[in-house]
Amino acid sequence: MASLGPLLKMEGIGKTYFGNRVLKNVNFTLEKGEILGLVGENGAGKSTLMNILFGMQVIHETGGYEGRVLINNREIHFENPMNALEAGIGMVHQEFSLIPGFSAAENIVLNRESTRYNILVESFGERLKTLDRFKMKERAQAAIEKLNVQLNEETLVTEMPVGHKQFTEIAREIDKEQTQILVLDEPTAVLTESEADILLESMKRLSLLGIAIIFISHRLQEIMEICDKIIVLRDGEVVEETVPAQTSIKDIASHMVGRNIDSAFTRDSENLDRSSTKPILKVKNLWVDMPGETVRNVSLEIYRGEVFGIGGLAGQGKLGIANGIMGMFASGGTVSFENEEIILNDPRSALSKGLSAVFEDRRGVGLLLEEPISWNVTFTALQMQNKFLKSYLGGLLRIRDTRAINECTRYYIEALEIKCVSESQQVQELSGGNQQKVCLAKAFATRPKLLFVAEPTRGIDVGAKKVVLDTLKNYNKKYGTTIVMISSELEELRSICDRIAIVNEGKIAGILPATSESTEFGILMLGKVENGSESEKAS
Amino acid sequence: MSKDIFTKDNLQHFLISNAVPIIFIVLSVLAIPVSRFSGQYLVQEMLIRLSRDSFLVLSLLIPVMAGMGLNFGMVLGAMAGEIGLILITDWNIVGIQGMFLAMIISTPLAILLGWMCGAILNRAKGREMVTSFILGFFMNGVYQLVVLYGFGKIVPIRNPQLLLSRGFGIRNVTNLEGIRKCLDNLIPLNIGGVSVPIATFIVIGLFCLFVVWFKKTKLGQDMRAVGQDMDVARSAGIEVERTRIISIVISTVLACYGQIIFLQNIGTMNTYNSHEQAGMFAIAALLVGGASVAKATIPNVFLGVILFHLMFVVSPMAGKYLIGQAQLGEYFRVFVSYGIIAIALALHAWKRYKDKERARRSLRGNA
Amino acid sequence: MNRILNFIEKAGWPRVIIGIFLLSLFIVAPFVRVRIDTSISDTLVRFGMNGVMVLALVPMIQAGCGLNFGLPLGIIAGLIGAVTSIELGVTGLLGILIAISIAIPVAIVVGFVYGVLLNKVKGGEMMIATYVGFSSVAFMCIMWLMLPYKSPNMVWGYAGAGLRTTISVEGYWEKAISNVGSFQIGNYFYCPTGMFIFFAVMCLFMWFFMRTKTGTAMTTVGSNPEYARSAGVDVDRMRIVSVILSTVLGAIGIIMYEQSFGFIQLYMGPFYMAFPAVAAILIGGASVHKASILNVVIGTFLFQGILTMTPSVINSLIETDMSEVIRIIVSNGMILYALTRVVKVKS
Repeated sequence: MASLGPLLKMEGIGKTYFGNRVLKNVNFTLEKGEILGLVGENGAGKSTLMNILFGMQVIHETGGYEGRVLINNREIHFENPMNALEAGIGMVHQEFSLIPGFSAAENIVLNRESTRYNILVESFGERLKTLDRFKMKERAQAAIEKLNVQLNEETLVTEMPVGHKQFTEIAREIDKEQTQILVLDEPTAVLTESEADILLESMKRLSLLGIAIIFISHRLQEIMEICDKIIVLRDGEVVEETVPAQTSIKDIASHMVGRNIDSAFTRDSENLDRSSTKPILKVKNLWVDMPGETVRNVSLEIYRGEVFGIGGLAGQGKLGIANGIMGMFASGGTVSFENEEIILNDPRSALSKGLSAVFEDRRGVGLLLEEPISWNVTFTALQMQNKFLKSYLGGLLRIRDTRAINECTRYYIEALEIKCVSESQQVQELSGGNQQKVCLAKAFATRPKLLFVAEPTRGIDVGAKKVVLDTLKNYNKKYGTTIVMISSELEELRSICDRIAIVNEGKIAGILPATSESTEFGILMLGKVENGSESEKAS
Repeated sequence: MSKDIFTKDNLQHFLISNAVPIIFIVLSVLAIPVSRFSGQYLVQEMLIRLSRDSFLVLSLLIPVMAGMGLNFGMVLGAMAGEIGLILITDWNIVGIQGMFLAMIISTPLAILLGWMCGAILNRAKGREMVTSFILGFFMNGVYQLVVLYGFGKIVPIRNPQLLLSRGFGIRNVTNLEGIRKCLDNLIPLNIGGVSVPIATFIVIGLFCLFVVWFKKTKLGQDMRAVGQDMDVARSAGIEVERTRIISIVISTVLACYGQIIFLQNIGTMNTYNSHEQAGMFAIAALLVGGASVAKATIPNVFLGVILFHLMFVVSPMAGKYLIGQAQLGEYFRVFVSYGIIAIALALHAWKRYKDKERARRSLRGNA
Repeated sequence: MNRILNFIEKAGWPRVIIGIFLLSLFIVAPFVRVRIDTSISDTLVRFGMNGVMVLALVPMIQAGCGLNFGLPLGIIAGLIGAVTSIELGVTGLLGILIAISIAIPVAIVVGFVYGVLLNKVKGGEMMIATYVGFSSVAFMCIMWLMLPYKSPNMVWGYAGAGLRTTISVEGYWEKAISNVGSFQIGNYFYCPTGMFIFFAVMCLFMWFFMRTKTGTAMTTVGSNPEYARSAGVDVDRMRIVSVILSTVLGAIGIIMYEQSFGFIQLYMGPFYMAFPAVAAILIGGASVHKASILNVVIGTFLFQGILTMTPSVINSLIETDMSEVIRIIVSNGMILYALTRVVKVKS
């Protein structure tokens, strides 16, 4: 059965989550030994596309997908990732999936160990076969050989540098004899430059061996360097399919972020004429040790009364800025608010000066899921500002004033249109959008002078998105509260912010007025060329 | 210079990671002369206790490997073994045959209990130890229900000497004269006035070989993988829950055999207490040997049994000669056995907490 | 009607089953010639005796430190207070007052150290608490032998030193609190009013405390420590406060127990005392990370009710004493149930 068609063909792929369209009519093909570059902003649909290819549970649970997936011209329907593995699709995720105390070899052959028969197998089954360590080592060596990297198969994972972990994982996929397609999701994100170069070399080698690779990366340089074909996804659609020779980094960048004019968020013109330049918050040389969102060196000035946006791709450190200033993660540098220094690493300091934050990790940090709405809304104000306390015995005993708490909560339920049974309903019973509103209410209840809002629209539906953004806009207008909004969605930032800073690799790549061309933001986001950020700063 | 610091560092690390056995060695060295025991007596005692307890302690190794911590649920196995012993005593089957029959009878029971224990622990991931600990208490109640009320009524017991005077329920002390030391004395050996239970040691030796071999099987490898990272193991296609249950089943069955070996040495059985003590002492001994909740080896077992029991034998006499009260030494050893578990658990939890912090920090990237 | 169904659903089946079991014991009692008034009286007395010790578990559960299997630490503090008070020879309510006022500072110090330790072992609190409790009981065994108490009512007669295993408080402050406003109906019914008042005061104190700023912060720490931290709460401090509070209440609780029981049990006496208290609060509907005062009251009543009723009723019914076995199965089964209850998805 010589295959006439391409190795992999995805045809008219579409997908909706709860009525939200995330993929629309995606078509592409992949030949044997081809390297396909897949680029797009966060949320453009890359991971959903890969989840479909892998038959992930989440796809089935949300009603399947549209279109057809063909391998060697045969349509396939994967029930689960195991099926996909059997069909020869290997995936290396962003998070390492390695057993820490095992050697590279043990990890490479994990659960596919070479074994030897012994008599006990007869009565107790296959799992009592003894391991053939010699053969396991040989196989590991062979896989590493194919990658052509320096990696000792005896090294324990815990003692490896990050790059070697990445290689171990790829070697595992290669050791599977059936592997024909390898999906690498941001493999170079955690690597140093030289490690990344080695990896790119290995990828080329693998393609020569006939393995097709889907390479997802934000580093366009790398995409340009090794891919045979490039596909740009935007809002769930393929907006560009090209080859490196016919395009440039700038082209790709503008395809990635460029958007149609009928975007959901149109900008109010009235926002434009604000021109206060009195700084309220000054940040100097801030570093924040937030896992996955490291801030390396950020200096910023935020003006009183403005809506300031912080954008950038995921993992570049934009979230770390708010978390660091609010004292949630270890940090250093100097931050002053209204000319008073904020003591870092102490959440009380920032809160007591009138800063407040709505964190991106709603369910982890933002909410008390098993407590009523009223607690969620009023707790910070109660702790930090002694609001909602009633005095007894001449101030000796002060206990919660349930009535004031409920009144305040009801006010916010009405003002923010929180859909709930009553103020004493548990927050975990609310929908994502309404939970987000509770988070906002919590911040508003402290009457902050400056409010950080991180990813306020993540995971909530379009209607709720609009309410949240409008609320922020109105709050800013009504009380003059300075708002710093952090979001991965550039269009969202552009719709309500005055100025937008783009963070790349833990540093500010540049600050632009919100009215700038989206291509300009796109170039800042991608760090463009090596010394791009430097020249940007200089100009 | 830098090399000096390196070795000093190493020494410090060695001292910290072996703090528990070192404290015990120091205590024993100080207490032995005070207790006025003769060397020969102590050697004989240690040999007896090694043969008696090692098997029970060894049964704890496999769940540690599977990341389930110290299996406090081993008392379930001990109970199964005791039920076997009660039955063969009633049927009056003596000697080594009786012991084997007890093992055969109690094996299915131990498998059943182990499977149940494993299934329950799968519902309490992350707090296996406290759950298996309470499960031990709970099953003790069930055991009492069966042995104190069921035996002689539902389970026929013919030998009236076993039963309480009311006609059902087993007496507090069961005499195991029939199988007393049957394994220990199977191959008599006497070296310089010290008798060595050679057959028991052979059994223990075989078991050690089993553990070593088991680590090399596919199943053993899977257990190690599950023990280190359940999610990764699952994504690699290993059946995590099943593997965990198997590890507990093996441990329970081995604890059952261990308890039978233990009791054949003692020769009498505290019907309602033996198993509880078995669990407590085995775990304390393992920890004294330098094992932790996450790592336990065969040398830990033997070192632990020797050190723990040395302390056990020596402390009452030391207390008597030192302060004039044997009672004091008695309490001291109780304090030490519980205290050592508390310290070992606390050190482990603290270390895990630190490791987590360090792992988090290593994610920082190259700032 | 809906509210009743709702209540059953909220209460969970173990509580309902145990409630029905207890009720049926009371119904059966007269038929097997067990006096119902004695039974109720006994249940009430034991309810009052144990109430404060069960209440002591609330702060730590609320602060996310889990079930306090280290309750023996508080009990030891209480025992020190009690024997010192007897050594001083003070009688009546004043004697109890002295016992409590000695016990509290001891409990605060012990609780603080214990709290610092628990903060270092987050995630493994329960197992470590158990063994810290066990080893401290064993340590105190040594101390009871060595401490220089002299009162002839307390030390071994033959040696003239070392405290006895059981010390009677008769002649000092036996039932000193229980008897405040107590009354007797007929020969068999005795109501220890004073003890109830004391327990109610303690509950009220706890109720108020949980509504203060600190109490609110404590509950929040238990509910979501990250949220609490982001709202400016010092999580570790709150946990220590909860442990101290629990230890202090444990100390007061054991004194309450002793004045009603009439004896101080030293040495291995406090060894297993945490388990019935933990079982009681769980029967009352608490979980590993949520507990209320209502849970304490209901749980203590149900659990002590069963402990009182099973020996008398079941014994008369089947002429075998199974109470001990039932106690073991019910209390540990309850703890086991709580530990294996599937934790709601938190991510």
